[in-house]
Amino acid sequence: MSQSYDRGHIEDFSRWTEFSAGMWAWVLHKFSGWVLIGYLFTHIAVLSTATVDGATYTNTLQGLESLVIVRFLEVGLLAVAVFHILNGLRLLFVDLGLGLDSQDRSFYASLVLTAAIVIASVPTFLAGVF
Amino acid sequence: MAEYYSSFKPKGTRWLLQRLTAAFLVVVLAFHFMLLHFVNHAADITFMGTNMRMQQSGYFLTMVLFLITATFHGVNGVYNALVNQGLSGVPKTAVKFGLTAGGLVLIAQGIRVALAMAGVS
Repeated sequence: MSQSYDRGHIEDFSRWTEFSAGMWAWVLHKFSGWVLIGYLFTHIAVLSTATVDGATYTNTLQGLESLVIVRFLEVGLLAVAVFHILNGLRLLFVDLGLGLDSQDRSFYASLVLTAAIVIASVPTFLAGVF
Repeated sequence: MAEYYSSFKPKGTRWLLQRLTAAFLVVVLAFHFMLLHFVNHAADITFMGTNMRMQQSGYFLTMVLFLITATFHGVNGVYNALVNQGLSGVPKTAVKFGLTAGGLVLIAQGIRVALAMAGVS
């Protein structure tokens, strides 16, 4: 049965040393969610150059991809997306009542797997920019 | 049993849709990243390549569904995060309508972009 309880204010940053794995999972899922919805609006704005003409679209995308900062931001976006996917899968399983006793371990696993996927992807994301 | 706290009304329609869209997005977001960063490198993307992909009806429909589900999941997630932080009353109503309007504009513009990519003018 669900029940509410006082979690305190997340804005009280001094509390971060008291955070449990569950609190970190909550914070990171919310943070990655905000980044992804912000990116979605930006992504559609950039892709809107396709409504001008093909050359504008190609030049805009290739111009952005030639910037080193954009490549690093894409690695950051990958990290955020992979974590949100893996932690989201964990939450879907929890909603189905699966793995309730290993939520801490599954959160740590999602962090480790995110790090592994992102590190392995860095060469692909930075290829040709230097 | 872990303690449970959520701004969602248990068994509500939005609660269910948030999870159904999540299950869909897990697959499609991973596919999107794989296709446009590993199979086709982002730096090599051209309008011609995009146009070829978007002219395939299955791919086009998947991308439009991706846009709609991602917008719903994101906007609904933001709304619930704000409610979770104590948003209520008139600001809550204003945020609800603001986010709904923003989401609808995003979907409309996204479909306009998708049609342009597919070469439909």
